[in-house]
Amino acid sequence: MDPIIILQAGVATGTILLFATIGEIFAERAGVLNLGLEGMMLIGAMSAFSVTVSTGNGWLGLIVAMIAAGALSLLHGVVTIHFQADQVVSGLALTFLGTGLSLVFGEGLSKAGAIALLPTLTVPVLSSVPILGPILFTKQSVMVYVGYLLVPVAWFYINRTRFGLHLRAVGENPTAADAMGLNVYRLRYTYVFIGGLLAGLAGGTISLAISPGWFSELTTGGMGWIAVGLVIFAQWNPWRAAFGGYAFGALRRTVLDIQGPQTLFGLRNPFFFNPYYGFFLQMLPYAFTIGVLIIGSREALRKRLGSPAALGLPYIRGERGH
Amino acid sequence: MSSESAKSGSPGRLNLPFELQVEPRLNIPAWLGPLVSVVAIVLALLLGAFVLALVGGDPIRAYAHIAGAAFGSLGVFSDTLVKATPLILTGLACSVAFRMKLWNIGAEGQFFMGALGASIVVLAGIVPENAPRVATITAMLVAGVIFGAAWGFVPGWLKARLRVNEIITTLMLNYIAIALVNYFIFGVWSEGGFQMTRTFQKAAWLPRLSDLAEQFPILRGLTTHFGLVFAAIAAVIVWYILYRSLWGYEIRLIGDNARAAEYAGINITRNTVLVMMFSGALAGLGGMSEIAGVVHRLQGSISPGYGFTGIIIAWLAKLNPLVVVPVSVLFGGLILAGREIQPAGVPRLIQGIILFMLIASEVSLRYRLRFVRRR
Amino acid sequence: MAETDNLVEMRGIVKRFPGVLANDQVDFELRRGEIHALLGENGAGKSTLMSVLAGLYKPEAGTIVVRGEPVSFNSPRDAIALGLGMIHQHFTLIDSHTVTENILLGLDDPRFLMRLSRYDKRMAEMGERFGLQITPQAKIWQLSVGEQQRVEILKMLYRGVQVLIMDEPTSVLAPQEIEELFKTLRSMVDQGKSIVFISHKLHEAMSIADRISVLRHGKVTAAGIKPEATSKAELANLMVGRKVLFEVEKKPRQPGDVVLELHGVSADNDKGRPALLNIELELRSGEILGLAGVAGNGQTELGEVITGLRRCTSGKILVNGKDVANRSARIPIEYGVAHIPEDRTHVGTAPNLSITDNVIMKGYRDPPLARGISLDRNAAREKAERLKDEYTILAPSVETPVRLLSGGNLQRVILARELSGKPTLLIAMQPTRGLDVGAIEGVQRLLLEQREAGAAILLVSEELEEIFMLSDRIAVIYEGEIVGDGVEPNAERVGLLMTGGERSRKSERAAR
Repeated sequence: MDPIIILQAGVATGTILLFATIGEIFAERAGVLNLGLEGMMLIGAMSAFSVTVSTGNGWLGLIVAMIAAGALSLLHGVVTIHFQADQVVSGLALTFLGTGLSLVFGEGLSKAGAIALLPTLTVPVLSSVPILGPILFTKQSVMVYVGYLLVPVAWFYINRTRFGLHLRAVGENPTAADAMGLNVYRLRYTYVFIGGLLAGLAGGTISLAISPGWFSELTTGGMGWIAVGLVIFAQWNPWRAAFGGYAFGALRRTVLDIQGPQTLFGLRNPFFFNPYYGFFLQMLPYAFTIGVLIIGSREALRKRLGSPAALGLPYIRGERGH
Repeated sequence: MSSESAKSGSPGRLNLPFELQVEPRLNIPAWLGPLVSVVAIVLALLLGAFVLALVGGDPIRAYAHIAGAAFGSLGVFSDTLVKATPLILTGLACSVAFRMKLWNIGAEGQFFMGALGASIVVLAGIVPENAPRVATITAMLVAGVIFGAAWGFVPGWLKARLRVNEIITTLMLNYIAIALVNYFIFGVWSEGGFQMTRTFQKAAWLPRLSDLAEQFPILRGLTTHFGLVFAAIAAVIVWYILYRSLWGYEIRLIGDNARAAEYAGINITRNTVLVMMFSGALAGLGGMSEIAGVVHRLQGSISPGYGFTGIIIAWLAKLNPLVVVPVSVLFGGLILAGREIQPAGVPRLIQGIILFMLIASEVSLRYRLRFVRRR
Repeated sequence: MAETDNLVEMRGIVKRFPGVLANDQVDFELRRGEIHALLGENGAGKSTLMSVLAGLYKPEAGTIVVRGEPVSFNSPRDAIALGLGMIHQHFTLIDSHTVTENILLGLDDPRFLMRLSRYDKRMAEMGERFGLQITPQAKIWQLSVGEQQRVEILKMLYRGVQVLIMDEPTSVLAPQEIEELFKTLRSMVDQGKSIVFISHKLHEAMSIADRISVLRHGKVTAAGIKPEATSKAELANLMVGRKVLFEVEKKPRQPGDVVLELHGVSADNDKGRPALLNIELELRSGEILGLAGVAGNGQTELGEVITGLRRCTSGKILVNGKDVANRSARIPIEYGVAHIPEDRTHVGTAPNLSITDNVIMKGYRDPPLARGISLDRNAAREKAERLKDEYTILAPSVETPVRLLSGGNLQRVILARELSGKPTLLIAMQPTRGLDVGAIEGVQRLLLEQREAGAAILLVSEELEEIFMLSDRIAVIYEGEIVGDGVEPNAERVGLLMTGGERSRKSERAAR
């Protein structure tokens, strides 16, 4: 139960969530709810692992993962943007589809070569910084560092660039955006696709870096859904998404480690002596997600903020109202 | 002069005397809905066959096998019905909730909680072992319904009071429910370290058709159990509530336009909680029926995803409780036969494709193609 | 000043929507440097025609010629590139973004980085130049409707638009603000712009326009006539095709007992800001109280607190002596309060449900529609059939989903539902908005009938003439306060109160 190790693992696991969450933030900011994260992450994880095992190139695997998940997300895009189907149900269908596809094509892949297939790095100077050094910059997978970069880049893009302005406009008031010459359909497709790419990246990060291998559905263990919840907690802000992801990762590791020692803070460790209490520990991450959601929802209520105004609603041009 | 004239000369454009336009439909003919659903399923099955072929399977043999293994004989059909029973209940659970645009993805967890509740009644001795069957079964049923309803109450209340997204809460509660059930199985009632409890006493077993085999030899070996009756009755009750009762009117109104319902003086908060509880109760009943009618013990593997398949069934049935029944039989067959198909993910994949095709095809209910003559 | 060359020529425009021919072989010309009013009642096709010109719709047939060159637009962007910009009735602004962000939306400049402070300055300067004061850093939701309109205009001017198309710009303004707008329009014309002014208000068209064209049921009935050469009556005839009664028969009536009382009612709006401040109001049976006010001054919230759809932070609301404040929305319904909501589609009806289902929305809890816990569907259908005839709701059957109905018919469904219960108090929020003249007359007639039958009516309307015509008593709301009660039907007076020019509540009350 070493706090440094817990936080270190937290950052690592959190990176997975961060990718998926930020991807979904992009999609939702554009007004499209994509609940298929779990399915897309599984497809990403499966294809990354599969390609890497056969070609030996982890980066290639990662790219294929992103494209596979992206392609799946485009299906969701077509159905919700062009066919104006209900975004919730389409997302669920996407989950089934992604899960099913990954199970079918991933048959026989299990654990073939469960070794870390992407390099890990230790940053020379920064890793000596007290406390933060060992946590953030020591022996972390290269993907973790990618995550560090993604957060500020995503924030900057959304809030400080012209493209970010367009993105937000499309999710807040697509009618206005359309009237101002923005191609609402094209922009929504783009950001749904980006969401898919990042979800695939998240999946690949699992199977190639953080928890290497392919373990069917257990590979993601519901992280796709947790990411959807984190989006709300993050109030659609990449920094908060990272914080939530890292915190969640740390919680996960804590849950694992807490069963180890005989004493906990000087007291008899119930989890050591009755291993079945471990099931309650298993519940923690999910209960945590609910808690995080409650916090996010109350905050939204209080500040009268909330989701992008047009989230979940299909945009139909030229609709005549009464 | 046509406004299209500027484009008619451009390269790559067929100069037909008419063009295709997409416009919103003004009314939906009654036959279109079912037709679209059927076409969607057929397309989905074709797509599934294609994927199967890609992975090296033999689609025709696989489908033929499914048909035979699900509906080929009385015995096999009886097994299909056994699989259909929990599906009907989860399908109903999802239909009820979806009617009010409450996305209950937690039917799986509510199913497990219902099983847990029913098990507690038996395994914790709340009902004595020598109690008559009717009393035991009734107690289990009540417990299953209450536990399921409670598991629906939580996300319902969170949504009603704090506007917390029910999709995620119900989903999270799935995982929590399964962990909870596992705790009870392993940590409290485990028999020899296996992932199951002891077998229930006979008084806790739902009667099956094969019980009557002495009088009617044809019923020998048929595993269809009384849970099917519960399911059928539930379907009728749900139908009555939704289409004939005042409450059902309120539910449909809220689902169509919550602001209008509010304006009409309907209490949305209360109905959110009640409907989620009702939905959870139905799924919980499914859980009780499964352990009392099929496995006769509490074990970890009582559901191959009934709660999730219920979502697809509800959507395919267009949220109509009576249609849920035949659709559940269809999916029951699919699940039953699918157990033997390699690879293991195929039934799930086909379910996903079906749902996708379904929602993609719904566009044809809202829009139609028109041939417009060009001047 | 006005050349005879046409800046814009539209010929033979045909635009169809499912079930309706919005523009039927319409011709339209706009000269350089003129203000051209496009007149017609609601649903005549004026907005549609100009939406075609602005690049929002593609016509089925017809040509558009701009500055002598034939053009075809694929999107509003193409139209703006040629200098044609439209300001819609419902603003195309992003509430949570600032003024500058809204003006910059959709442009290629700035290329990448949003350095807002530089652009803020630019916007402020442009506002000065055109006489349209704005605060560039303000977020749209913080602005008044008039200020938002200014942002819309600046949006177009920033893009170098030469032809400004304004769709019903005065419906959200008070009389004084309308005058200001007209001044702004004239100064823009002096600076070389041309303006199309879409409206259904005759007197405005006659007052501001150089030329007027009239549309009726998608066809042109008058093209480019000068206001001096016509009269209100003639224009009305061209708009509607028959003699329009500008007056309705209102019999004098002594108001009866007090039906509605508001004492010290305060409430917040959706953003948490105060919308109503200490409202004192009284309404008697058989009396129509017309509440005038610019949109966004608390009228909506007032209707909502009375009908139980909004909490008040203080005060009492008494309906026939019983307090309904902060109780559920059911209570006023049970006490005989009818509510015609502002938003027909999103609040007043359930779009995918049938006429029957919509018509029983208020009364389904009581017999004969309710039988124990179940709904008597036959009784419901009978009631729906009866009301369909009585209120002439045009629809294939009572099972038709109401989203397929026209605006006028939808309103009739709502009226049928609300009025058939013989209410003692009727809250009518913008009941004639968006309806054609025939439907408007029908609604007004029904309101007067209810008045005859002894109902107390609170009428909130943005049409001052309607308020003057129907009300027994006129009140004005401004920034959440009743600033005038028992005001004479005088446009200047009322307009002054609507814009906060005067608070005369105490003096007028004392004088009564």
